[in-house]
Amino acid sequence: MSNPELDAAFADGAAFVPYLAAGDPDFESSIEYVEALERGGADVIELGLPFSEPIAEGPTIQEAVVRSLEGGMTPARFFEFVEALDVDVPLVCMTYYNLIYQYGDESGPRPFVEKAAELGLSGFVVPDLPAEEADPLREACDEFGLDLVFIVAPTTRGDRLERIMEQVSGYVYVQARLGVTGAQDDVSGQTAASLDRLSAYDVPKAVGFGIKTGDHAERIVEGGADGIIVGSALVDIVAEGHENGDDAATVAARLEEKARELKDGAERGLAQRAPQAERT
Amino acid sequence: MSKTRFDGKFGDYGGQYVPEALMPAIEELEDAYERYVLANEDGFMDEFRERLADFGGRPTPTQYAERLSERYDRDVYLKREDLLHGGAHKLNNALGQVLLAKYMGKERIVAETGAGQHGTATAMAAAHLDMPCEVYMGERDINRQRPNVFRMKLNGSEVNPVTVGRGTLKEAISETMRDWATNVEDTHYVIGSVVGPHPFPAMVRDFQSVISEEAREQMREKAGTLPDSVLACAGGGSNTMGAFAEFVDDDGVELYAVEAGGSTLDVDEEAGVAPNSASLSTGSEGVLHGARTKLLQDRDGQIMESHSVSSGLDYAGVGPELAYLVDEGRVRAVNVDDDAALTAFHRLSQLEGVIPALETAHAFAYLEANDEELGDTVLVNVSGRGDKDLESVIEETAQRDIDIAPDMDAFAGGF
Ligand SMILES: Cc1ncc(COP(=O)(O)O)c(C=O)c1O
Repeated sequence: MSNPELDAAFADGAAFVPYLAAGDPDFESSIEYVEALERGGADVIELGLPFSEPIAEGPTIQEAVVRSLEGGMTPARFFEFVEALDVDVPLVCMTYYNLIYQYGDESGPRPFVEKAAELGLSGFVVPDLPAEEADPLREACDEFGLDLVFIVAPTTRGDRLERIMEQVSGYVYVQARLGVTGAQDDVSGQTAASLDRLSAYDVPKAVGFGIKTGDHAERIVEGGADGIIVGSALVDIVAEGHENGDDAATVAARLEEKARELKDGAERGLAQRAPQAERT
Repeated sequence: MSKTRFDGKFGDYGGQYVPEALMPAIEELEDAYERYVLANEDGFMDEFRERLADFGGRPTPTQYAERLSERYDRDVYLKREDLLHGGAHKLNNALGQVLLAKYMGKERIVAETGAGQHGTATAMAAAHLDMPCEVYMGERDINRQRPNVFRMKLNGSEVNPVTVGRGTLKEAISETMRDWATNVEDTHYVIGSVVGPHPFPAMVRDFQSVISEEAREQMREKAGTLPDSVLACAGGGSNTMGAFAEFVDDDGVELYAVEAGGSTLDVDEEAGVAPNSASLSTGSEGVLHGARTKLLQDRDGQIMESHSVSSGLDYAGVGPELAYLVDEGRVRAVNVDDDAALTAFHRLSQLEGVIPALETAHAFAYLEANDEELGDTVLVNVSGRGDKDLESVIEETAQRDIDIAPDMDAFAGGF
């Protein structure tokens, strides 16, 4: 029951899905950064709406969250941010459940989802919402035609996996290794095992957590992933630019370059997996 | 699995709002809780009780407080959890969970701590049961509670400072959850209160309910009656739930959860600061650290920075079962401010020869201000002793005008 936009984004089998925290370090620069990702080849963009207690994030994204909150980001500003963006690729909102739950006059996820649908967002990833607690959000997403992406961890097996796969739409976020977000120097062997467990399910599989270079991207796509999700390696560029006082255009150019490296890596991985596949 | 299996919900509160990587560990823990704690498989509960007695020093006394009784003209009894090994009720839970981790075959313990009491209790239990242990503690709390940092290290635990945010309990819990998510296969997270995802709130309550189990019996023996009211301070709510659990079905017993009113109950929305920790009294429903409960949050749902003079109460959330019992009208949520708590600290020290933890002092401050409504027989849970707080008490008292306090200038600057 996935959205046509997300289906299309994964159709060629090597989707590049970058993440940035919206408003990091400020509203205007962040708009430029997200637009640079599209120019660099993003197929879907995960936009983080920062929550004060990001329990699934490592230090890199925790600091992005702090910068963004200090820059005045709120759910209302986030929706203005989405409206101000000039990008054509589908946008997925990544945030924690309490912000979705509290938005609007009635409690529960419906007002947030309604607003997101109005602004053309395609779906959600909510790292602290396991399938067991997801019914109200799933219902609201169905009502407004949005996708709900779930994370599958290396520890997810059996009944749990079944339960998640019944609820998931858009794509499944394959967590490449245990732990929290953060760029790593090698790519985990846990990924292959996870992709293997998921092979029977007909939904795009995007691998994330730790991917840092085009070579990582290549190996992961070659290993069977339909896409790669990259956050911390991009947030690192934003953080470094912020610390050095670089202007937004310079940082945006670096992001675009990094995005292209990752997208090219994913393409190479696909070519190696299926050298005879037809591409237009 | 039977249909009546407890699903971890207290009304709308509770639940399991955690990253997927933790869910299998949480299911494993649920299973272990049901088998070992609820069904006493392999004699787990027998071993737990035996160790609580021999290592912990249980039962703790329920003491008739003569001078307080005289002052308030009613019978005041003290449940002396300050006499438990480690100096606070925290060991009941820590020993239970570290032992459970052993039964589950885990090889490593992590814990968060605010005041350092839970970290200390966990470090003691881990040394006692030969488990490696790492404790996460906010940097600000490390500075406020130095004696406890030394105690943890002496017991062989590592203490990891948490520097994000304001560096208090909330950040320490988030950081411990991250460690657990990374090392979930061989590690157990010993959470320090009746908070977090199911089964923690129910399990921690069960380990702590030995407090009210003993107190109920001791009141019958000593006073010949159940108390008219039971007072306990509430941070996350573990000494509270422990002191209340066996009285919940006694309709004649009023239960008072005394929260930290901090410097004021007013909230600074702009700065995202609540200068108190009174989530039951002033908070609203939301989701934090794995559970739906009452929280200090702004209109958007961002969690606010809390405040209390006592680090152990300085938390923006509260246990889901306690939030439920308050909504149901079974427990009354009340609060007292920093000044009243400090004054009560000095009063108890002088009148009863008991130096209470600053957390505990909140319960006595409520007794002072509202003794009339509490009935003829009052039971106060002395959740811990105040040795850990001496430095902060000297500093905080010196900044205030507290009539009954001894002159603190002589001590300022440390011992
Ligand atoms: C002595 C004492 N009392 C009370 C508390 C508050 O915790 P809880 O509300 O879980 O009992 C603490 C926490 O550190 C404590 O050390």
